[in-house]
Amino acid sequence: MRVLLAEDLFLLRDGLVRMLEAYDFEVVAAVETGPELTRAFAELEPDVAVCDVRLPPSHTDEGLQCALAARRARPGLPVLVLSQHVEQLYARELLADGSGGVGYLLKDRVFDAEQFIDAVRRVAAGGTAMDPQVIQQLLSRRATDPPLGGLTPREREVLELMAQGRSNAAIAGQLFVTERAIAKHTSNIFAKLDLPVSDDDNRRVLAVLAYLDQGR
Amino acid sequence: MNATRVRDALIAGARGLALALLGFAGSVTLFVLSVLSIAFITLGVGVFTTPLVLRLVRAHANHRRLLAAQWSGVRVPVPYRPLPPDPRTGVTGQVERTVHLLKDPATWRDLRWLLTDMTAGGVVAVLAPGLIAEGILGLLLLGGLWKPIGGYWYAFIPVYSWLGAFFAALLGCAWLILATYVNPLLVRTHFKIAAVSLAPTRKAELAQRIDRLTETRTDAVDSSAAELRRIERDLHDGAQARLVAMGMDLGTIEALIEKDPAKARQLLAQARQSSAEALTELRDLVRGIHPPVLAERGVGDAVRALVLRLPVRTDVEVELPGRLEAPVESAAYFAVSEVLTNAVKHAGADRIWVDLHYRDGMLRIAVTDNGGGGARIGAGSGLTGVERRLGTFDGVLAVSSPAGGPTMVTMEIPCAFC
Repeated sequence: MRVLLAEDLFLLRDGLVRMLEAYDFEVVAAVETGPELTRAFAELEPDVAVCDVRLPPSHTDEGLQCALAARRARPGLPVLVLSQHVEQLYARELLADGSGGVGYLLKDRVFDAEQFIDAVRRVAAGGTAMDPQVIQQLLSRRATDPPLGGLTPREREVLELMAQGRSNAAIAGQLFVTERAIAKHTSNIFAKLDLPVSDDDNRRVLAVLAYLDQGR
Repeated sequence: MNATRVRDALIAGARGLALALLGFAGSVTLFVLSVLSIAFITLGVGVFTTPLVLRLVRAHANHRRLLAAQWSGVRVPVPYRPLPPDPRTGVTGQVERTVHLLKDPATWRDLRWLLTDMTAGGVVAVLAPGLIAEGILGLLLLGGLWKPIGGYWYAFIPVYSWLGAFFAALLGCAWLILATYVNPLLVRTHFKIAAVSLAPTRKAELAQRIDRLTETRTDAVDSSAAELRRIERDLHDGAQARLVAMGMDLGTIEALIEKDPAKARQLLAQARQSSAEALTELRDLVRGIHPPVLAERGVGDAVRALVLRLPVRTDVEVELPGRLEAPVESAAYFAVSEVLTNAVKHAGADRIWVDLHYRDGMLRIAVTDNGGGGARIGAGSGLTGVERRLGTFDGVLAVSSPAGGPTMVTMEIPCAFC
């Protein structure tokens, strides 16, 4: 799989290249500025891009803007955005087109190589990878609102993982229960939140995220 | 058009009469009282009466300032020095207050104004009703009034016959027409005269400005020093301590890696945990110093991102043509943040509106909530801190918060785009 990487800090860029290559990704380019990233998006047509929000030369949100522009040019182009901080505002912008293939994670998440690579693969396959912090922000603000308040603690846990973009199998693995149990929890959650049930994992995640973000 | 002209002239006439009365009666009385009171300071009694009389003088002057703004749109600045913050009671307090008042150059300017007001100011004001009265008199003379009076000089016209009365009426008409042109101008001139006497001199204005700058500079230095102390403490107790722990763990791992790989693995996990915690702490610290969204997107989006973290439904309206100067952006952001925190914590609001826009060289911010009201500046409220912070930028803050709500906090900061 061909990955485009944009990160201005040498150490992190170097580490990411090595990690991605160790997991059999082909890093087609590892760039460090916004203009380079824009050019690489146009010329290299990567399968997935991993980029930092803040890039030179302006050190504002150039990376995010490049990623959004690239996705406008090629809808659904898988992009995983990394940042030192996560903002719901940015998450919302990334998810706005509703086409999936989006990731938004704290840079800290690269500490856990397995999970990080899993997120890259998920995004590349058109899925979603939202940082647990984003989901917690969304959930904590509406913790007591009905019907969210009516969820059992376990259901909340499942909802949280689901909103991050995990599949049933992955959630089951993390919570040490069977996939069947998770399937039951998810159908309960969807019934309580009055959301349309969907077999498509990705559509399910987007529906949950949209639900959590609504009314704001 | 003509009707409004006549109406304006009549209103100006009435106002001129009022101003003349205020000048001839009010100013004369107050001037006499002031002079007597100040003279009696030598006898001791003056110490008690002077603050009282001077307070009346100031009220009188402020009343005229208000009328100047309301009637003729003439702005007369208020130059009085603020009273010392904690006045003492009893005789010492009285003496201090008297000394303070007498040391204030504005007091002497007030007294000088009383003199001009009872002379030039009063005369100019009385001209407005005078023109109307004189004009009407001219017409009355032609109406036959010249006969009972019998022999009368109307201005420069001897009125001894109908012919004389006729000329008097002509002149009267001229006075009335003149009144429609000059009456509002006369009232305005009165206020201009007052403005010249009452407004602070350039020197006083500069002195006032210096006082203000000294005060805000002290505030700025104090708050930045406090901020640095807080950051130092947070780093020292937080990230720095975690890194020390991590270094220790790594050292132990180095020693254990061959002897006891299982234990080493456990310590590695612990070290990774420490590094994650250090990062979280640094992130929170950075957010408190300069939120990343502010750096990346400017104050508009930073406020939008901020309200997404609030538990209260908040609508944000932003109308800014570009990025503002960085220090102003930061001050505005933290001001909004503090006001929002107040609204959430104390007002019990369930809806908040934030409006940011730029007009006439000013960033204007309004934060309105539908909570219980009763917010005010001072008494250790967070708003005092906000006011100080904005003061460094010559920004101002106003609070309207009647009991029962709603609360509206407005802020204005003069600034430019970068």
